[in-house]
Amino acid sequence: MNLKDITLGQFFPGNSFLHRLDPRMKLLGLICYLVALFLAQWFVTYGVMLLLLVWGCAVAHIRAKTLLGGMKPVIFLLIFTAVLNMFYTPGTPLVSFWIFTITYEGILHAFFMVVRIMMLICATFLLTYTTSPLSLTDGLESLLSPLNRVRVPVHELAMIMSIALRFIPTLIEETDKIMCAQRARGADFDSGGLIRKAKALIPLLVPLFISSFRRADELATAMECRCYHGGQGRTRMRELRLRPSDWLFLAAMIVVAVAIGVLGQSGL
Amino acid sequence: MTEPILRTQDLTFRYTTAEGVAPTVLDCVNLTIEPGAFVAVLGHNGSGKSTFAKHLNAILLPSGGRVYVDGMDTTDEALLLDIRRTVGMVFQNPDNQIVASVVEEDVAFAPENLGVPSAEIRRRVDEALEAVGMTEYARHAPHLLSGGQKQRVAIAGVLAMRPRCIVLDEPTAMLDPVGRREVLDTICTLNQELGMTVVLITHHMDEAARAQRLVVMDNGRVVKDGPPAQVFQDVVGLRRLGLEVPDSVALMYELRQAGLDVPLDVLTPEDCARAVAQILPH
Repeated sequence: MNLKDITLGQFFPGNSFLHRLDPRMKLLGLICYLVALFLAQWFVTYGVMLLLLVWGCAVAHIRAKTLLGGMKPVIFLLIFTAVLNMFYTPGTPLVSFWIFTITYEGILHAFFMVVRIMMLICATFLLTYTTSPLSLTDGLESLLSPLNRVRVPVHELAMIMSIALRFIPTLIEETDKIMCAQRARGADFDSGGLIRKAKALIPLLVPLFISSFRRADELATAMECRCYHGGQGRTRMRELRLRPSDWLFLAAMIVVAVAIGVLGQSGL
Repeated sequence: MTEPILRTQDLTFRYTTAEGVAPTVLDCVNLTIEPGAFVAVLGHNGSGKSTFAKHLNAILLPSGGRVYVDGMDTTDEALLLDIRRTVGMVFQNPDNQIVASVVEEDVAFAPENLGVPSAEIRRRVDEALEAVGMTEYARHAPHLLSGGQKQRVAIAGVLAMRPRCIVLDEPTAMLDPVGRREVLDTICTLNQELGMTVVLITHHMDEAARAQRLVVMDNGRVVKDGPPAQVFQDVVGLRRLGLEVPDSVALMYELRQAGLDVPLDVLTPEDCARAVAQILPH
């Protein structure tokens, strides 16, 4: 497994409509999309959701291959869901053997379930692909800022999150390097059962942890050198400002969610 | 006379260990650095040069003596932010000082912390990226840049504070030769064109040779202080401290040992070639 292939949480810089949207509106829009996804019932509504997703990809110049590549880690979950739904949905039996019965409804249900999960993940990826982690956390910080009043350290949480996101590629690179170094010393990460594999990770995790702590220490010093002193009196280069197009986007997403809900109710 | 930008007065520093034994890392360091100077601090590992650097913007506080940054005492906590915005610091590992996932947002980090209005931050970020020649990478992700480019981004991140002085703690130690040259050229440009005071901590002789003034440290003390051409004259003394002189000086030294009349104060390959040409029979 090449760790560098993991695309989770990655950002592809660009200047499309989706890239320029306000992160808060994108987050709220995603929530609308996800709600709509759960209200979708039949081919028509799912078709609309898929069209929306395809439109998003086209606008943001994200290739379908990239999106589907991010699906690898959840393949097991998808198969599991499909199988469960196939067997446990009552209806007209199609095939029957021993105690298992596959129903016509089951196959449809399984299909929709898998499509729903895939679209859910794709839509979330579309958000992280088109929103820089920093503006994503800015958006979250701004959306959650009312919680400041009940003493939730929103700025600190946002900072922790953005630093975590920033260091994911660095730590992945480092993990790759340590793996190679340990392999060169004869470590075996690929063979054996689950327990042996887990044990084999110890020589990987220990150096990784140590170096992470060193990194954290150096980063903290570097941040202090750049006058970081918490969220107090902090300004932003890119102040989040809502433009008419942002409101329009959110309104459209709400309309979509409501429309899908109505259509879903009528069984489409 | 102008106020020195950095001044240490009997600066002493000891680490306090659990056993109570306190090895002295810095021992009565007295240095004065004028605005606009380019000072290289040389020394082998454990000579105290990094610890010295960390005193220049109050990351470490002296155990004895005082450090003044533009007249401000670093032990005065109320002045902490003013001190840190006056003296910017760049570290060895570029990965561990980049905070944000986009180059320009990282450069904006310091002015954001200082509460600068957003339009002004924009201007400073563009200026800082321009100064290090990274404008075209403004929207890139830092982890996809080369080591030298990352380090230049880190320098830009410090420049955006508009410091008067920039301290670089072995900024090229983790870079390949190309990256080293990029970073060093950037540092020289800052000093020559923007008049920035530069303190470069290093153990590379050829880097130190580009400074105007060389401070050699050993065992927490300043043992030599002067222009590079003068400091490098003492080849034997430097070797005793575990330091090697630049290749050009080493060559001249060997030629002298062989009885030839050549000057020792040659720092660039060009000067070196000229000196050799002079002693060659026509």
